[in-house]
Amino acid sequence: MFNDKTSKFLLVAGLLLILGGAFAPNWIVNQFMFGFSRALAILGLMVLWRTGLVSFGHAFYFGLGAYAVAILDIKLGVTDVFLRLIAGALVAGTAGFLVGFIMRNYRDIFFAMLNTAISMVLFGIVVKTEALGSTDGFAISMSTILGVSPETKYPLFVIITLVGMVSAILVNYYLKTTFGKLTTAIRDNEIRVEYLGFSVAHAIHLKYSISAILAGGAGALMAMSLGQVDPESMINWTVSGELVFITILSGPGNVIAPFIGSLVFEVLRTYAFELAPQAWQLIMGATFLTIIFFIPGGIWSVLEKIGGKKNDK
Amino acid sequence: MRDLVKKFGAVVAANDINVDISKGEIVGIIGANGAGKTCFVNMVTGYLPPTAGSIKFEGEELVGLETRKITHAGISRSFQVSQVFHSMTVGENLMIALAIANNRALDALSLMDTPELRSKLDNVLNRYKLNAQKDITVSALAQGVRKLLDIAMAVVSKPRILLLDEPTSGISVEEKFDFMDIVMGALKEDGVTVLFVEHDMEIVARYVSRVLAFYQGEIIADMPPKKALADKKVQEFVIGKEHHKKKK
Repeated sequence: MFNDKTSKFLLVAGLLLILGGAFAPNWIVNQFMFGFSRALAILGLMVLWRTGLVSFGHAFYFGLGAYAVAILDIKLGVTDVFLRLIAGALVAGTAGFLVGFIMRNYRDIFFAMLNTAISMVLFGIVVKTEALGSTDGFAISMSTILGVSPETKYPLFVIITLVGMVSAILVNYYLKTTFGKLTTAIRDNEIRVEYLGFSVAHAIHLKYSISAILAGGAGALMAMSLGQVDPESMINWTVSGELVFITILSGPGNVIAPFIGSLVFEVLRTYAFELAPQAWQLIMGATFLTIIFFIPGGIWSVLEKIGGKKNDK
Repeated sequence: MRDLVKKFGAVVAANDINVDISKGEIVGIIGANGAGKTCFVNMVTGYLPPTAGSIKFEGEELVGLETRKITHAGISRSFQVSQVFHSMTVGENLMIALAIANNRALDALSLMDTPELRSKLDNVLNRYKLNAQKDITVSALAQGVRKLLDIAMAVVSKPRILLLDEPTSGISVEEKFDFMDIVMGALKEDGVTVLFVEHDMEIVARYVSRVLAFYQGEIIADMPPKKALADKKVQEFVIGKEHHKKKK
């Protein structure tokens, strides 16, 4: 599992980031926490994208993960970072497994929009339900780590980095298994996969459930990083759009790409907002167009080209 | 197959098909366009459910089974338009086929690229003479190589019956016999029962031991190739009288 270049890079980069984070200012640590939290959801969307499926509704699972943390905190007083993370991933994963029975039968625009529809149903329920915080959402208490209350956000940054690193290594391994290799095969030709003796529906169901678990974990980590959940920033369709944006920005080439793409997105949005508070969406839109026109393979394809040229020399 | 019927509304694509296939037979399926040949292959392999009738293989009823279950039962197929993974190389296509054939259910969560599978891959590449194309992406391959790959992928699951839908369509006249020599040579080694749809009567005469001639969804002749090609009905409804005169 740790024998290939990608896994080794993730291990080294993760440990260096953890070391560097100890000396970095708070605003940088925050950017990394938000970026890496979101990257987990992008990892899941990348698995789906490689299968030829795009979901415009993964805010459903992102939101479920985030709200699982909030409800556990408010109703049961659970503050442990690991329990919160597991709960977020478990709730979203269970929902993903159940919804997967429907989604595995749909492709293309129907798959994309059915996911949007489901996420908007959840958005509507949360917005209209006082017990779920309605439009204001909930503030979440600071996470504890095995009973200890940290004074800064650095320990949470370390955990998010480690979770991201381990998840990326696991997804990287998965992509090398027969199940994982089927991602591209299914995208290319479902008929042949079925005639080889493998159920396309089962394979898509598994990939969908994995993507839901990752999105739920991402939502849980984001909720803990922000200390706040609300439907607008966790479940709305714009959140699903952001996730798809970052997936395209990152590119599907490697499990490292979602982490780079998410960080670039965080920095881009922060500076776009600072530069043009009234028109920051214009900058984001222009960036999106540039990527689609000039680098459809995302940031990873550019890095690959640079790497390839260096190797040629 | 017993009393097999397939209707598309008022159109009868297969009518009262009754046929037994013995182990090791090489059967040629001939007929004009729209005679029901591909419909027959599609019904046997689960792509189309028959309207009525029964298809049994080694005592197991195949009607109603999903396509992959039919593959598990030991029946495999290739397609008129080759069904392969276009963005992958020949080697990757075959590796996936081998991995699926060897790692069903939870085994599919083990690594695909193992020395055992690599050795099996080399064996398939050698037998189907695909070594030179191993690292070429399918989209860059000629039609004949894609067809060969399609058949090789169908065979790696070690089927007991293989159905080939027009294996030589889209392949040049000069290459057809070389192509069929490779395919039939490899299949004979494995002792696979083969049914193949073919329009080229020279190919049929050379490779099959039995001919099923289709006309308007019915089998009008079921006999050895020499006899079939001389049969009046076959000449009139399948080969065409003009073809017969030219031969004379």
